[in-house]
Amino acid sequence: MTATLPGQTTTSEETAVTSTLESPTAEAVATGSTPAPVVRRRRPRAVNLALPVLVFAALVGAWYAITYLILDPGRRFLMPAPHTLVTDALLDPAITDKVWPALGRSVVVTFTGLAIAIVIGMLWAIAMSQSRAIETSLYPYAVALQCIPILALVPLIGFWFGYDFPSRVVVCVMIALFPIVSNTLFGIQSVERGHHELFTLHKAGRITRLVKLQLPAAMPAIFAGFRISAGLSVVGAIVGDLFFKQGDPGLGILLDNFRARLQGSALFFTILVTAALGFAVFFLFGWLSKLAVGRWYDQSRDR
Amino acid sequence: MSAPAHAAPSTTTGTRVLEFTDVARQFPDGTVALEGVDLTIDRGEFVTVVGPSGCGKSTLLRIASGLDAASAGTARVDAARIGYVFQDATLLPWRSVKKNVELLAELHGISTTATNQAALDAIELVGLRGHEKKLPRALSGGMKMRASLARSLTLDPDLFLFDEPFGALDEITRERLNDELIRLFVAKGFGALFITHSVSEAVYMSTRVLVMSGRPGRIVDSFEVPFGTDRTPELRFTPEFAKLAGEVSHALREGHS
Repeated sequence: MTATLPGQTTTSEETAVTSTLESPTAEAVATGSTPAPVVRRRRPRAVNLALPVLVFAALVGAWYAITYLILDPGRRFLMPAPHTLVTDALLDPAITDKVWPALGRSVVVTFTGLAIAIVIGMLWAIAMSQSRAIETSLYPYAVALQCIPILALVPLIGFWFGYDFPSRVVVCVMIALFPIVSNTLFGIQSVERGHHELFTLHKAGRITRLVKLQLPAAMPAIFAGFRISAGLSVVGAIVGDLFFKQGDPGLGILLDNFRARLQGSALFFTILVTAALGFAVFFLFGWLSKLAVGRWYDQSRDR
Repeated sequence: MSAPAHAAPSTTTGTRVLEFTDVARQFPDGTVALEGVDLTIDRGEFVTVVGPSGCGKSTLLRIASGLDAASAGTARVDAARIGYVFQDATLLPWRSVKKNVELLAELHGISTTATNQAALDAIELVGLRGHEKKLPRALSGGMKMRASLARSLTLDPDLFLFDEPFGALDEITRERLNDELIRLFVAKGFGALFITHSVSEAVYMSTRVLVMSGRPGRIVDSFEVPFGTDRTPELRFTPEFAKLAGEVSHALREGHS
């Protein structure tokens, strides 16, 4: 996984500046008191919506076809018809009484893990940004963390931390850590040389430089990292759950239980809930990023 | 726009702010960027260095600012505060115009109220009033440069260093900013070291024009500019201006060959 990041100049900056300077007042008229509009070529909104909807309809159609045309009735639990997800799961309290609390627990694990990963990851990256020696010493371990299949460590984590909440969080942290470390470091190191010289010229100390220059400049990269890690954190929460089958069940345990009991509709429903959780955290962080840096940073190039 | 009341240049004009004696700069890879540069600048002097690209003009500025050090000779700078205007405006994109202008005073630990007032004054001075809350992305190139100028002005520098600040601007904007910079210079009376590769800009702006040769960069000629402080765009079309510009141009070609 690599953090994709655009350079410092943004397309909107180039397109926004359309007026050449004639006089300050003429400029004021030209650009107005609100920021200049961002010119972006886009397909009509209706088409943007219609295309995915069409694909969705095709997928649901294919699903029905598999259920009723390919599978014989005795094996339909393998792929229960889409509407049974509503009738046999969403509207069945026996199922939802298990799914909603499990969702709540997985959400707690996801966000606890993510929060810890953010704190550790940012401190790790900031430490590396402050000294070449620290970077050389610690960066290989960040890469190692990314390269070792975390799943291989899961049994060990259970061995050490038990098979309940703490272990699930540890799995989340380990999976979510790397993008935060690498993106924060990348962001801090991508500060423009001219900006650094400005701070050097005015004898800014290390902390001032970090707080007033490096961290703000790195924010778009940091938030891109958060977004990747948030998705991974959901994966971590489910995987941890699947493996550590003790304690109150999260979504992972539930998935496994429904599978074992051949409750196809409930299984598919829980998978959708899991997917929804993934989407939710992804968009939550997209929105937070926009809130934090959207004012000055054009994110249209990230997507 | 009137000169600010607190400007009292006459009392401090003439104080030496920069003195280079036989300054040389050799880079670790062996390139000699500067050689035998002698240069003095007093307050109230606007000294411009013209030279071909890569002749070490920027190195000269970097040494004056302390970003780089001379490898031989002495480079003395007697300025409590130095203003440095880069080729790019180097505004922080997440800060508004006002916040950008306040940055240097902030870095120097000047009190918030004083900083606030200095920023407002500087913004007024460069003609950016009404744009305080805008982000750099909403500004044109010329406005960005004005904001960058205002940022340095908050420190009320004794020595102002300009590294081809208007090089990326269109001609109309450039000439307008030339006039505004002259006005600021007359009002504040700082010493200025201005780098450009435009002969016309050099002659128009300066009290003294220095011509630099290509690598290794040395100062090959010096011209006093006799036009006084009351300069208007029409000056560019006078025979005296053309004559001086021609001489500078000639020296530039001589130094280059």
